[in-house]
Amino acid sequence: MTAAPEMSVGMIEQVAGKGAARAAARRRRRLDQGIRKPGVGTYVMLGIVLAISAFPLYYAFLLASTNAAYIAQNPMPSLIPQGELFDNIARVLGSDIKFWQAVLNSVLIAVITSVSVVLFSTLAGFAFSKLRFRGRTALLAFVIATMAVPTQLGVIPMFIVMSKLGLVGNILAVILPSLVTAFGVFWMTQYLSEALPYELVEAARVDGCSMIRTFWHVALPAARPAAAMLALFTFVASWTNFFWPFIVLGSTNPTLPVALKLLQASYFKDMALIMAGVVLATVPLLILFAVAGRHLVSGIMQGAVKG
Amino acid sequence: MSAPSAVTAPPSPPPQPAQRAAWRSSLSQLDVRTAPYVYIAPFFLLFALVGLFPLVYTAYVSVHEWGLITGDQGFAGLANYAYVLNQPRFWQAMGNTFSIFLLSSVPQLILAIFIAAVLDANLRAKTFWRMGVLVPYVVAPVAVGLIFNQMFADQSGFVNAVLTSLGLPPVGWHAESFASHVAIATMVNFRWTGYNALILLAAMQAIPRDVIEAAVVDGASRLRTFFSITIPMLRPTLIFVIITSTIGGLQIFDEPRMFDQIGLGGNDRQWMTITMYMYELGWGSQRDFGRASAVAWILFLVIITFALLNFWLTSRIASSGSATTGASRLMRKTKGGKR
Repeated sequence: MTAAPEMSVGMIEQVAGKGAARAAARRRRRLDQGIRKPGVGTYVMLGIVLAISAFPLYYAFLLASTNAAYIAQNPMPSLIPQGELFDNIARVLGSDIKFWQAVLNSVLIAVITSVSVVLFSTLAGFAFSKLRFRGRTALLAFVIATMAVPTQLGVIPMFIVMSKLGLVGNILAVILPSLVTAFGVFWMTQYLSEALPYELVEAARVDGCSMIRTFWHVALPAARPAAAMLALFTFVASWTNFFWPFIVLGSTNPTLPVALKLLQASYFKDMALIMAGVVLATVPLLILFAVAGRHLVSGIMQGAVKG
Repeated sequence: MSAPSAVTAPPSPPPQPAQRAAWRSSLSQLDVRTAPYVYIAPFFLLFALVGLFPLVYTAYVSVHEWGLITGDQGFAGLANYAYVLNQPRFWQAMGNTFSIFLLSSVPQLILAIFIAAVLDANLRAKTFWRMGVLVPYVVAPVAVGLIFNQMFADQSGFVNAVLTSLGLPPVGWHAESFASHVAIATMVNFRWTGYNALILLAAMQAIPRDVIEAAVVDGASRLRTFFSITIPMLRPTLIFVIITSTIGGLQIFDEPRMFDQIGLGGNDRQWMTITMYMYELGWGSQRDFGRASAVAWILFLVIITFALLNFWLTSRIASSGSATTGASRLMRKTKGGKR
């Protein structure tokens, strides 16, 4: 196999005649095309894909800059934004939906769960990848298996427990169940088993570090790139989460997605107002994406190859 | 782990040096023994509390008469299951869920493979294009639902306006059952296609170049190479993507819940899904946790069954096409070597 590409077309002409040489040249060209720069068509195609990905967001932004009468008359809004965006945003913030509180709740929940998931996942990942203990393989297999458990179906007992604890309507009810995830543990185990040399762990131990200090001063710094990606994923997942917060928080103490639901329920005739809410809830993540989206992309791609 | 009894002991401070060193060493031994379990404990504790216990307890609640406010009213046997299975609504919701699931997973997978193949070319500004297809992922499903609800509005909606301008009749995206499934599936596809495309792209790039080159040199067309080499070699990744989308897709709630302001799945429940039905039984008009739990357990069994079925199907389909080619043999080899 490996010899074939090295044979020149001229050589083939000598050995196997003109017909074979022509076929070889054709193949060679095809092979090169695969490696050379793609044509304009590829970029046009990607441009269309990107336009489709971005259009619904732009559409929301356009509607947020109009009013209900305009939307009723123009099913295809002008691609140039109208002037009422800030009025609509002000109306969202001044509505009887607790929008500011929703922003605060969403930020608090996303930040706390991100930090906690990273910390506990790295701790477990350190143990699974670098420490020897009985049942390690079986326990790790168990962690991976739990990723297939549809935990959303356990909401009824969860609700019963949270109401017994008096946590219905409290953001702790959303934070507690997501303090550490199977995905996070698996992710950090994978990363640390490659990125952290055994020698470093042993050197720290020989120098008299306790296990926890070894973790803090050796494992955690080594895990930093993967930890940043995990934090990002957790943040996005938390920010966009709806089902459980909707059930357990209700209208008194909403997160942003729950606030959007409430906005829709009480102002459903005023699409411009609702879209302003959508813009407000989405822009923070878009900014985060513009800054750190590269890491999200490489996170997804690394996870795919390893998983 | 090097047992550090001698090493950890510091160079002996004067009073009772031997005793202190021994104390230190046994403490260190304890540390080495227990630390791993302590470090993995948070996950297992939390999973037991919010994963395992709720699922088991759901089964317990499902065989009891249990109200949202009234609480446990006593053992009910299989009455809740019998009630649920006799409801036309339940079967309708099951049908809707599968319809939306198929409409979202099949086109999404084909599109994702296509986009991944395009992204696999030697592009300029790679990161820009990759980030571009991922943008919808950071939009909350609730926001997606609100946007698409308006785009697919029966009157004065964007999609119908486009259809009318093309000379086509407008569609009752909310009024008609199948059309509403298409609209909801579109939301799911919008959010997840790019994400899955990146996973598949990573898998494509992990295919050794010389396998593809060998096929090209042997005279296989680009299309043939793609279907006979690339697709079979994506098999483990395809299985992963299909299983995760099965588990997620059959629990769909956010998008259909947002498809109108009422959130019950339409006048005739034409887009009500199983999870929405569970919610309605538990927190809606009936406030019946027993019946809602029965629905949850039925859906749990359905998901497990379908995940296994899909696993079995995809491993068969993906392997039958290439059983005799060198690609599958090579794949087995590289897979074995990787771990």
